[in-house]
Amino acid sequence: MKISIIGAGPGGLYFGILMKKLDPAHQIEVFERNPHDATFGWGVVFSEETLGALRDADYESYIDITDTFARWDAIEIYHRGTPVRSRGHAFSAISRKKLLALLQRRCRGLGVDLHFEHEVDDLQAFADSDLVVAADGVNSLFRSRHADVLRPSVSDRASKFVWFGTDLVFDAFTFIFKETEHGLFKAHAYPFDAELSTFIVECNDDVWERAGLDQLDEQETLRFCEELYADQLGGHRLLSNRSIWMSFANVSNQSWHDGNVVILGDAAHTAHYSIGSGTKLAMEDSIALTNGFVRHRDVESALVDYELERQPVVERFQEAANDSATYFENVRHYAGFDPIQFAFNLLTRSGRIGYANLSLRDPAFVRELDSWFAADSDGGGKRRIAPPPMFARMPVGDRVIENRVVLSPPLSEGAREGIPTERRAEELLRAAGSGAGLVLTDAVAVSEAGRITPECPMLENERHAQGWAGIVERIHADAEALIGVQLNHAGRRGATRPRSLGADLPLDSEQSWPLLSASALAYVPNGQVPKEMDEDDIELVRAQFATAARNAVEAGFDLVELNLAHGYLLASFLSPLTNQREDRYGGSLENRIAFPLEVVETVRSVLDEEIPLAVRMPGSDWSRRGNGVKEAVLIAAALAEHGCRLIDITAGQTIADGRPEYGRSYLTGLADRVRSEAGVPTLVGGYITTADEVNTAVGAGRSDLCMLECSALEGGPRIE
Amino acid sequence: MNVGVGLPTTTPGADRELLLEWARRAEDGPFSTLAVLDRVAYDSYEPFTALSAAAAVTEKTRLATMVAIGPLRTSGMLAKLAGSLAALCGNRLTLGLAVGARVDDFEAAGTQTRGRGHRLSEQLAFLRSDWEGSPIGPAAADRKGLELLVGGGAGAAFARMARYADGYAHGGGPPRAFARAAAAARAAWSDMGRPGEPRLWGQGYFALGDEERGGDYLRDYYAFTGPFAEKIAAANLTSARAIKDFIRGYEDEGCDELILLPTVSDIGQLDRLAEVLASR
Repeated sequence: MKISIIGAGPGGLYFGILMKKLDPAHQIEVFERNPHDATFGWGVVFSEETLGALRDADYESYIDITDTFARWDAIEIYHRGTPVRSRGHAFSAISRKKLLALLQRRCRGLGVDLHFEHEVDDLQAFADSDLVVAADGVNSLFRSRHADVLRPSVSDRASKFVWFGTDLVFDAFTFIFKETEHGLFKAHAYPFDAELSTFIVECNDDVWERAGLDQLDEQETLRFCEELYADQLGGHRLLSNRSIWMSFANVSNQSWHDGNVVILGDAAHTAHYSIGSGTKLAMEDSIALTNGFVRHRDVESALVDYELERQPVVERFQEAANDSATYFENVRHYAGFDPIQFAFNLLTRSGRIGYANLSLRDPAFVRELDSWFAADSDGGGKRRIAPPPMFARMPVGDRVIENRVVLSPPLSEGAREGIPTERRAEELLRAAGSGAGLVLTDAVAVSEAGRITPECPMLENERHAQGWAGIVERIHADAEALIGVQLNHAGRRGATRPRSLGADLPLDSEQSWPLLSASALAYVPNGQVPKEMDEDDIELVRAQFATAARNAVEAGFDLVELNLAHGYLLASFLSPLTNQREDRYGGSLENRIAFPLEVVETVRSVLDEEIPLAVRMPGSDWSRRGNGVKEAVLIAAALAEHGCRLIDITAGQTIADGRPEYGRSYLTGLADRVRSEAGVPTLVGGYITTADEVNTAVGAGRSDLCMLECSALEGGPRIE
Repeated sequence: MNVGVGLPTTTPGADRELLLEWARRAEDGPFSTLAVLDRVAYDSYEPFTALSAAAAVTEKTRLATMVAIGPLRTSGMLAKLAGSLAALCGNRLTLGLAVGARVDDFEAAGTQTRGRGHRLSEQLAFLRSDWEGSPIGPAAADRKGLELLVGGGAGAAFARMARYADGYAHGGGPPRAFARAAAAARAAWSDMGRPGEPRLWGQGYFALGDEERGGDYLRDYYAFTGPFAEKIAAANLTSARAIKDFIRGYEDEGCDELILLPTVSDIGQLDRLAEVLASR
């Protein structure tokens, strides 16, 4: 087979080596526009897993690589000047220059032809090749020429970075956070041989502009960064190799081949440097592509095999890399974190390491985290034996929740005339006896008109209060869990059938009742058009919330939550999608939040100081032109100012045709933003099913409480 | 997990004899369900018509659209077709619906692709509530008992599924792809406050013998996806072992019903698949 490889980076060279080894009869040529000894950048990092793959793929080059590389197992994080070190993270790195030299040597030894200073711009030159491999980097010419089939997407991140070397040899993967008058700077540094380290400096675009860095040339940039990190460099120098500020480009392609042309490495995909190197991915690509030719004789099948094998792996890696890059862009919001929690948050930023995994890698670090977390939660002294974050206490107002797990059994069977059936009561008792710290009821209507379905429980009157009091009493007698009630008015989502067959299915007209909302817009196409609330309705609903809160106190609930989410009545005021009012309750965010805040204040004044008030609100409407997380932060801050002690984050369902983002732990990212930017305690659900997810989210300060899926507590191993 | 089989309504050369014989033998075999695909601008049979024929020669096997493109039809006609089929088969129908991906099908049917997501939501709302009070029969159809599935990978599809359906119809792929979709489906279900859990259906293509023909068919059927067609063809399950691994993988991820779709119009394919399942 005649194989032409464009680009003599590590990916291109390594593919040449592997294919020549697979069949020495292959005629392989590599074309590179730069001289053989030109290279940009400094060291490249490999994980243990990648090293294993390199060992299996070509033992000879593996030996050469491991001869010169640097190896370490620690990550060190400087936050507020304090270094925190975590061990058990095996890394290795090699000088990019040495890697290229040894791969070139290996190519020559095997009989792969290398052509340097050979510019390729005419694709016709390869018309007689059986296979053309475009390993021509992030600005790939071949990718743009074949764009109609490959369908690439390229976008720049909103931050700048510059890649230096330094003669300071670090002994860990080191992250240094530096606050300046212009904003936060971050350095990522790691050793790659006995003399040198890579030193990447990064900042957000706005910080970069404020600091006037767009005005600096190469030397001035270097001096600026040396001065900035003078403390850590301790007299050592930064080294430039055409080191200039760049934006990181996210590259992905729907297809990685067109006919006999295949893309590999940065040409096909990039992944942010904060979780690993592009070189690692490129060399893994080369192995997968070669394996395609082990399995298949014809080029098309081999290339399809390569895509099937490699694309899903790279996509997962890119998702994690994006999470990591986003973390660094938002990290300024964690400035107030204690160093140990800050470090745990950083280590778990991409979702690839969690609490359980870190407990194995670095038990001492996790012990310190547990110990700090428990002391911080209790306000007591640090103990060496402490529970994991999931089992730390949480003070809310004057109450203490025994641990960080919340359960809310889903609405089923419901209530008769507003009072929960015995079956529903037993579900709540079972949840309260499960070991969770807090049990929240599903929506309890403040009035008959505020019910979602005819089976909705209520707290409208004395009779309801008495009915609930019996259940609350049983829970308090049997369980340690606190019991909270969620007060709701269904608004335009009211008067629907029980949800066994579906949600938002309107009741027949003879069973139905008139609906209220911020504006006269039906929730679903076949739904009832609600009445736009006038001043009298507004006064009435506020009074109903006050009465319901009074009844909640009388029933003995430990916490009251108001529902401002999921498109129900109070939520309909918050979102511009559902609030088209022209009075003082519509228009600006300040106006849209006015009525919900009036209700919050009213309920707050009714509640005994001992009973904390929580609010459930959307972290995003998940809809174009709706509220996003920025608005959610403002709303949460306003709620906290009005005496709300806990924000329960959910998202979507503002309108029926939203664009939700479902998956595991799908709300944790939103809770994290609201908690860190608005500075409020949060509760988050969102399909959390494991203790590891709870420990990770709570320990890292992404949320204070987690709502676990009740279904996750069912089942288990069969014990005969 | 149940394992069902596709009726070969889209594979080249499928005729009356093959379809009826296939349905009869599937009834005797280890298959829980007979399922069909939906395309208009293709050499294929209309799904409700094909399942009606299958209904006439079977008694117990479940019949399913996996999936039918809802918005190709008006809500009323969709209810009429599904209701008639449900009544004819003794209410053994599972109606899987999705928005569809092929513009040529909508053009051939003379309908608009624009707004099809919204139209599917309207259809589901109709099937789940308004149908009951409408004059659209037959009365022998169990409208409340009609099992509804919704397919699609976008967040809006998961929300639609959780709001109106009984379960999720996955579009195919390796078990790990199914696992991600299953987590999203369960998350959406819980978010919508539905009791219990959604039913999860999966699917995959197979060819036991004649794999070249199977591959050619898949490349042709999915030609509209461009380079993706080759990947679908490469993922065709062409050995007993591949099928068993696939079944195990789906079972491990909590799939309730897995449909294996034929890619070759040959009754021998069904017999060989039955043998593989028997030796599982």
